[in-house]
Amino acid sequence: MTTQEETATPLPPRSEPPSDMDTFIKGLWRDNPVFVQVLGMCPVLAVTNTVINSVVMGLATTFVLLMSSIFVSLFRKVIPKQVRIASFILIIATFVTMADYVIQAVSLEVHQSLGAFISLIVVNCLILGRAEAFSSKNTVGKSMLDAVGMGVGFTFSLLCLGVVREVLGNGTFAGISVFGPSFEPWVVMILPGGAFFVLGAWLLLFNWMRERKKQQEEVFA
Amino acid sequence: MADPPKTSFPFPPPEQPSSVKMIAVMGSVGLIASVLLVATFQLTSPQIARNKQAQLEAAVLEVLPGATYFKPFSPTGDGGLAAVSEDDTPDFTFYVGYDSLNANALVGVAIEAQGQGYADVIRILYGYDPACECVVGMKVLESKETPGLGDKIAKDPAFLSNFEALDVKLGPDGETLVNEVVLVKQGTKTEAWQIDAITGATISSQAITDIIWSSTQVLLPLIQTNLTTLQEGS
Repeated sequence: MTTQEETATPLPPRSEPPSDMDTFIKGLWRDNPVFVQVLGMCPVLAVTNTVINSVVMGLATTFVLLMSSIFVSLFRKVIPKQVRIASFILIIATFVTMADYVIQAVSLEVHQSLGAFISLIVVNCLILGRAEAFSSKNTVGKSMLDAVGMGVGFTFSLLCLGVVREVLGNGTFAGISVFGPSFEPWVVMILPGGAFFVLGAWLLLFNWMRERKKQQEEVFA
Repeated sequence: MADPPKTSFPFPPPEQPSSVKMIAVMGSVGLIASVLLVATFQLTSPQIARNKQAQLEAAVLEVLPGATYFKPFSPTGDGGLAAVSEDDTPDFTFYVGYDSLNANALVGVAIEAQGQGYADVIRILYGYDPACECVVGMKVLESKETPGLGDKIAKDPAFLSNFEALDVKLGPDGETLVNEVVLVKQGTKTEAWQIDAITGATISSQAITDIIWSSTQVLLPLIQTNLTTLQEGS
């Protein structure tokens, strides 16, 4: 697990303890759950075939992450170490089921297109990972910031894949035609194989950018 | 960070909390969880039921163009059909559509049918017009077909246009269909009883074809013999 201690190498600008803004921002970029921590690959690969699916999955995961972080953080002093994982999973599963009902009540269509992947948020290691690594050790306020940051970062990453896959694989963006009727869709992009290609390309880009930043910092140090 | 102290060799091991405490904590977490779940279920279940009913009702009027309202009918068991009363829950229901703008004339019958698709069972609703003896509309109610490929059976306009006037005429004996409903390669549809497949989703297209073929064979004779009951049922 990438925590602040590991990544906060003794570079000049970062010596004071992480501020609230840092707690929030790190989920978006420096510790991005998908492109840096490579967590929660199941929904990332499976439901990012359209923009709408990506957004709904991202929002559902953010909701579960936020609510379970609050609860885990509230109860962190009373839950004995020995039963913490079981308690965390119970808390997470509760909010996943709640999200499942709410999505059904809001739109049956979206619920049908996401299928089993909503229930599978329970086993998204991003959520248990944040509960274990962050909210079980931090105050409610900080945990909420961390959860929202990670959730937004996760949604952003799903969108990165969803946009590329829907535009190339179906010629549409959120259902609106982009290239007109003469466009021949790249069917592979909609299939699971396409998810791996697109994820690979994004990981390549992110790692290249991180390497370049590191090199620049070394030059200026 | 409020991390409990790490125990390494020179320190005594941490005290084991009593089982009672662990059980109590797990129990309270479970209790809170169940209260939250019951509350959510209570709040959302009427809306979910309304969504499902609305989806079905919208589908009935969608597959029966021209119908303004519908009434449920069910088989009586002795080869007849009867209107379903309010508190009845029959095993099988026909949704019979009428046109209030045209003297409540019978428009058609919406029939629910299902069959095995590429992934899991596909549930569809199709509209049957007894006057022209054809299928006039089809809607996929539930499917788990591959997103982007097989799920086109629900959205692809070219595929859905197959079901605007699909020929399912009964023969002179009133028992069997004149022409078998068959799937043909995309763009080769020449007859009114053929269905143009979706390229890349042949299995799903075949599944829809089979569902309609097997359902029409059984149910159309029943509808045609009870046509007067349905016409008077408005």
